[in-house]
Amino acid sequence: MNHIALKMLMGDRGKYLGIVMGLTFASLIMTQQPAIFLGLMSRSYSFISDVGLPDIWVMDAKVQFVDDIKPLQDTELYRVRGISGVDWAMPMYKGLLKARLVDGTFQTCNVVGLDDATLIGGPPVMMEGKLEDLRRSDGIIVDVDGARDKLGKPSPTPGGKRISLKVGDSVELNDHRAIVVGIAKVTRTFQSQSVVYTTYSRAKSYAPKERKLLSFVLVKAKPGQDLAELTRRIRATTGLAAYTRGEFISLTYEYFMHNTGIPINFGISVLLGFIVGAAIAGQTFYNCTLENLRQFGVLKAMGASNWVLLRMILLQAVLVGTIGYGLGVGLTALFGYSMRHSILAFKFPWQLLLFSGAGVSLICVFAALISILKVIRLEPAIVFKG
Amino acid sequence: MNPSSLAVRCQNVVKIYATGDQKVTALNGVNLDIAMGELMMLVGPSGCGKTTLISVIAGILDQDSGCCEVFGEDLLNMSNQHKLKFRARNIGFVFQAFNLLPALSAAENVSVPLIINGMKRSDAERKAITVLDQVGLGERVSALPSELSGGQQQRVAIARALVHSPKLIVCDEPTSSLDHETGCNVMALLKEVALHKDRALVIVTHDARIFDFADRIAEMDDGHIVEVKDKMTQLLKNIEHG
Ligand SMILES: Nc1ncnc2c1ncn2[C@@H]1O[C@H](COP(=O)(O)OP(=O)(O)OP(=O)(O)O)[C@@H](O)[C@H]1O
Ligand SMILES: [Mg+2]
Repeated sequence: MNHIALKMLMGDRGKYLGIVMGLTFASLIMTQQPAIFLGLMSRSYSFISDVGLPDIWVMDAKVQFVDDIKPLQDTELYRVRGISGVDWAMPMYKGLLKARLVDGTFQTCNVVGLDDATLIGGPPVMMEGKLEDLRRSDGIIVDVDGARDKLGKPSPTPGGKRISLKVGDSVELNDHRAIVVGIAKVTRTFQSQSVVYTTYSRAKSYAPKERKLLSFVLVKAKPGQDLAELTRRIRATTGLAAYTRGEFISLTYEYFMHNTGIPINFGISVLLGFIVGAAIAGQTFYNCTLENLRQFGVLKAMGASNWVLLRMILLQAVLVGTIGYGLGVGLTALFGYSMRHSILAFKFPWQLLLFSGAGVSLICVFAALISILKVIRLEPAIVFKG
Repeated sequence: MNPSSLAVRCQNVVKIYATGDQKVTALNGVNLDIAMGELMMLVGPSGCGKTTLISVIAGILDQDSGCCEVFGEDLLNMSNQHKLKFRARNIGFVFQAFNLLPALSAAENVSVPLIINGMKRSDAERKAITVLDQVGLGERVSALPSELSGGQQQRVAIARALVHSPKLIVCDEPTSSLDHETGCNVMALLKEVALHKDRALVIVTHDARIFDFADRIAEMDDGHIVEVKDKMTQLLKNIEHG
């Protein structure tokens, strides 16, 4: 009876395509929106994951996420260095400063100050120049997107493209001269500001004069150290917060999950995709069954059992579900691939396949179920009705 | 009549349809015997219960009281599973509206009863083609119903009703959707290929022009069998009137 089920399903091309398209749509939304969501959420902590070397981040106990800077006194650095099990500890400055561009306009930049001697915590990829060039006087490294866009020089023709900031160009950071010595590539974060790297001491001189300017202490544990044990020791000795990189990432991630509208917004679009997909596909599938009801009645009269008809409908649902799911997931992958160089956030872990697969299955089961109920209740005597 | 040569025995069959609080008595104590090898026609005014009666006889509708035995088996007291098997083996259907599956070719349509009976698809289609040949459609085995004329579709339906060699074939208005000549051809075909000593045919019809094909005609009115006429009384009547 399987081939009969498939022929019945595809007998009406229009309806068949409608069902498959509904499921494709649902599967696309249920894969693509979460992928964008995951991509976006990973931006919340990409600054942390970009800083590869340290095992532990030490900061003020009240810090809630990576951009929530509550500065420490420089002396904290030496206290951390004194704790047993710490191999090294380096200062990091992170803060928003105003840059004055050549045309006199101002742009806020995310300035990161790295330990003068070791430059630990620098950008993950250098595109022009070297990290060591930061040691040259007034040297800064600018992220490529910022250099191209926000910090770029105005176009000579009105409305034209800005001219990219290049190595050797200068800007003013809080009235201090700064010279671009390198261009780096950094992973996008939520903050749209351009990222500017410089040394810790220079960052302090750029920043407004305050008593406390140390944002983070980056710690490397001695080999063989238990990180959980070490963070506990740092907390106990200094009264500061100390997190392993993973912990700091989840702290930040959780903060954005609970304190922003992002999850709920994406949750709603996923739900809408599910509902609309279920409505279109479920409706069309059910309509298809209704239209074929007489045929099911004939089969029933001729002695086909409910079980056989149920299997036929399930097979139809599995077929359209598989095709729709495959197309939706494929389109999502294609979408992600074609957007790989764009500003769009996109992350497609394999678990997402299970998620949207479960969603599509749910729709198909629902569509099949209402159809099956109809067919099971069907009286075979309808076959003689005109 | 020898009971073992009976195909159908209806005794005091009552069927009441209840829709809301309205009740319609469609069959009001029907008594009817149909013999093996017989072509029985059921005639009567619209709404008198003809379709209801053949639905009960074919085992697709349960009566409310009375007994209907088909080949000696009481349909009402059969388990569902048994009844499905019984229908699949023993009953062939022909409908006014043909009721072919539109997405299946002629041969596939005809093979359906065999597949329901558990035959392999390839064997079933081979058998279907030989039966289509018998009804004169050997050339159109792969045509879809929409590519066939009404008469041809009804011949496919007849092939489908015959293919699994059922012992009872029920037809509801098999010629009503066809013009007179095609209708007569279809009846002649039915009589020729479907009727033999181990099989009975029940045909519901309005169509007076095909009465000649009947062995006996049961006249119904208002849920009863009013009169059963056989060939002899018919002939006599014709002579009287003639
Ligand atoms: N499913 C049903 N629900 C309620 N009443 C029904 C149902 N089927 C038939 N009836 C009623 O039962 C009576 C007999 O119907 P049936 O279809 O058997 O008549 P019929 O002799 O076949 O008529 P026709 O020649 O018009 O086909 C009619 O009054 C009809 O309205
Ligand atoms: Mg009728």
